[in-house]
Amino acid sequence: MTTNGNGSTQGNGLKWVGKRTIRPDGVDKVTGRAQFGADFTLPGMIVGQVLRSPHAHANIRSIKTDKAEALPGVKAVVTSADFPELPSTFEAAGEVMLNFRDMSCNVLARKKVLYHGHAVAAVAATSVAVADQALALIEVDYEILPHVIDVIEAMAPDAPLLHDDMFTIGVEPTPDKPSNIAKRVEYGLGDIEAGFKAADVVVEREFTTKAVHQGYIEPHAAVATASEDGQCHIWCSTQGQFVVRAYVSKLLGLEISQLRVTPSEIGGGFGGKTVVYLEPLALALSLKCHRPVKMVMSREEVFQASGPTSGAHVWVKVGATKDGRITAAEAVLKYQAGAVQGSPIMPGCMCAFAPYDLENVKVVGFDVVSNRPKVAAYRAPGAPISEFGVECVIDEVANKIGMDAIAFREKNAAREGTHAAYGPRFGPVGYTETLRVAKEHPHYHAPLGPNQGRGVASGFWFNIGGDSSAALHINEDGTATVISGCPDIGGSRASLVIMAAEILGIDVDRVRPIIADTSSIGYSFLTGGSRVTFATGMAVIQAAEDVVRQLRERAAMIWEIDVEAVVWENGEARPSGSNAGEFDPLSLGDIAAKAGKTGGPINGHASLNAQGAGPAFGTHICDVEVDKETGRVTVLRYTAVQDAGKAIHPSYVEGQIQGGAVQGIGWALNEEYIYDEKGRLENAGFLDYRIPVASDMPMIDAVIVEVPNPKHPFGVRGVGEVPLCPPMAAVANAVAAATGLRMADLPISPPKLLEAIDNGL
Amino acid sequence: MLTSGLSQQFTGGRSEIEVRAATVRQLLGELDDLYPGLGSELGTDTAIAIDGEIFQDPYLEAIGADSEIYFLPRIGGG
Amino acid sequence: MVKTHVTMTVNGEAAELLCDTRATLLDVLRDELDLTGSKEGCSSGDCGACSVMLDDRLVCSCLVLGAEAEGCAIETIEGMADDDRLHPLQQTFLEEAALQCGICTPGFLVAAKALLDRHPDPTETEVRYWLAGNLCRCTGYDKIVRAVMLTAADMRGEPR
Repeated sequence: MTTNGNGSTQGNGLKWVGKRTIRPDGVDKVTGRAQFGADFTLPGMIVGQVLRSPHAHANIRSIKTDKAEALPGVKAVVTSADFPELPSTFEAAGEVMLNFRDMSCNVLARKKVLYHGHAVAAVAATSVAVADQALALIEVDYEILPHVIDVIEAMAPDAPLLHDDMFTIGVEPTPDKPSNIAKRVEYGLGDIEAGFKAADVVVEREFTTKAVHQGYIEPHAAVATASEDGQCHIWCSTQGQFVVRAYVSKLLGLEISQLRVTPSEIGGGFGGKTVVYLEPLALALSLKCHRPVKMVMSREEVFQASGPTSGAHVWVKVGATKDGRITAAEAVLKYQAGAVQGSPIMPGCMCAFAPYDLENVKVVGFDVVSNRPKVAAYRAPGAPISEFGVECVIDEVANKIGMDAIAFREKNAAREGTHAAYGPRFGPVGYTETLRVAKEHPHYHAPLGPNQGRGVASGFWFNIGGDSSAALHINEDGTATVISGCPDIGGSRASLVIMAAEILGIDVDRVRPIIADTSSIGYSFLTGGSRVTFATGMAVIQAAEDVVRQLRERAAMIWEIDVEAVVWENGEARPSGSNAGEFDPLSLGDIAAKAGKTGGPINGHASLNAQGAGPAFGTHICDVEVDKETGRVTVLRYTAVQDAGKAIHPSYVEGQIQGGAVQGIGWALNEEYIYDEKGRLENAGFLDYRIPVASDMPMIDAVIVEVPNPKHPFGVRGVGEVPLCPPMAAVANAVAAATGLRMADLPISPPKLLEAIDNGL
Repeated sequence: MLTSGLSQQFTGGRSEIEVRAATVRQLLGELDDLYPGLGSELGTDTAIAIDGEIFQDPYLEAIGADSEIYFLPRIGGG
Repeated sequence: MVKTHVTMTVNGEAAELLCDTRATLLDVLRDELDLTGSKEGCSSGDCGACSVMLDDRLVCSCLVLGAEAEGCAIETIEGMADDDRLHPLQQTFLEEAALQCGICTPGFLVAAKALLDRHPDPTETEVRYWLAGNLCRCTGYDKIVRAVMLTAADMRGEPR
């Protein structure tokens, strides 16, 4: 199921890169041995539970915990009074700038509760049953306030106000009245008025999307322990142990060196486990009672209180000439941030029109708070929402002109040298490759039956690099251990092993990977942004090259020749030519056995801030069948083409593409947060928050295209996030083709589609 | 090239500025001289694209005589 | 808290414990017997991550009380491999990359084994509907379904 496009220049003679090896952690995962967050225990461990707000918006007049503290079996109770007050400024924490007062308030409410499920207090007790009893004994005096959920309603001048110190940034002059609009941003090029005047065809449309959850099957879990001298250790399911360390130490006023964080295996993240919820609470409790405290969220808590992505209002307007050239593109995006500011509005604006070569473009965005959980990242945060609206309008414009959907995109495609809509010029990129491969794919030409329709959509994400550290230790018998600091969500450690084995020239089974805790490897930014195979891969490659350099030096020492005369090939040192000397080759094992005698242990290290991440594009084709009696949409066939630069392990690249595509289909057809009139979440479980199940889906044909990223030794581009960008529009465009109805409000669930069919929308 | 938010805050609306500098660090210094505060603001919370390549932390990166520089928000991921 | 004495066999071995009457079979397996291979994803029987066999029936162990397992034979993921020989499903899942984060994998393997033990020659549709009670968020189900179909062919001794 792999297609190599043109331009795969770094592919020749590779032994392991591109092979579908068995992942090194695989056996533990298929036997149930692998330890995820909730599987970890410590002697003397007790459990923690969280008291959560029953109201969407309320002032906290008082919290009385004395009855709870007196209950036998309760060892500690914490409220926000146990957390230092942090200033409301943006501070650096690792690689990101964050408002820690906002984060602290989300972890435990201070003067107000801002959403149904907002944490108010936490208790640690000898059993879950006792902890639950203790929660019931905590007395919170709430003054209920009016609430607001919807983004447009939250922007209205008379909307209930969440923060009386929120004055919109990015408007001139700064408003003198607070509002729920945290920020306004704007990007653009050229002159859109002139651009629209030059258009023969103009389409504009409004869209709405609902908040959707990343949907990881493993709920958040952490075990924290604090000793009497203030040394702390957290085990948790996280995408970034260094990020947890940075945030928790800030929130609790600890020095970073006091805290060690060990990542467990992680049961899904997709961006949702790049923040902290339970970790600061568990540690605060443990600091009080000096017992290890384990906390695990229930599924209901995951939905109520961990960050979904934004719901949004999207307005898009595109103008084009009748021969298919886009002359102007405009969008206004309004994203929900949840209870405190920080929706992914900026990347949403920047990615909206990124696949296109435009002279005139303007995107305006608003970051808006409302009484729902604070949003967290979800695969290409912000981009799937804006790209949904844009790709639907692109489809309509192409239709109006009478041009094929892919041909229209090809005519306007961003290529190497194109000025991106968000500013800089693209280096080598593979968008047109994905369009070509999609166009030539048999799926695009397969016949369709009655009530069936086909939709196409493209997607884009920047991908990031960032800080990564890696170590490569050579063992005395010539096997190796590769140590890195990025949790493996989807098989990345298999790719790291492949890259190390490739450079060392040894068998991939002789390299074992370790994902280390914060005390055992250099700083590594979190797993996310499609960065691990790129950035941590780069660190592993450099560490391996460092080892090869040392191996050549040791061989030179053993043979008493110049190191320049030694080459490393196929896992052996050999003289570069016969005039260097006649020596039998020395294997990694031979040299490792003599390491002590030739200078000491042989270990490679690399720490870097990887720059030059290659942006990636994808193009998806979706066939649907609509049941006009029930409104049910069945996805019949799905093809996802994506530029991976270089697929180190093709099966796991395909896996990322397939998983993201199905999440997008769920977002398009079924998933949404449903609130009642009191602002309480009604569907906080997998029964009523409906993610795709096996019987909903067809096979997902993942086609890998490789236009190498010149900034990575093997040409790697990140792959994890782009797949979520095209599916919603691909599905909506397919439904439009099948029914003639443009469904602009996600999800396109059966009741809504049925109503549109019956009323001929 | 600056985003509109920064240009409104610091340069009175100008989003395209021509500056002479050989490294990013020098560039930020020059911008600070022209528009006090802009350089340090850009140094903390932005990424920089130099001739199309995005750098999240580029103080030491070299800038060519005709390089095109864009200041962008730092990009995260999920 | 009331406890009751429960004896059962788990993966062929006798197990005996004092079980809180409110505890689920999943709680008992994970917390009392240290068999953490079965996972808690939802505690409402919707995700299938806790799938086990109870007297040859595929059940969500979060919906079964520990006390109900009295006298029953339980099979969990931990019993699937035979010493150091992986079950063909486990092996094929690895070869076909039918897992990414791996949290749902034990549940899928138990459920898929239950399918192939009863229906050695399922169609793709039958596989999908049988596994509809197991949620996966990482894979989109494609490689999981392929792995089950391939294993079925292998176990029938037929070409893939």
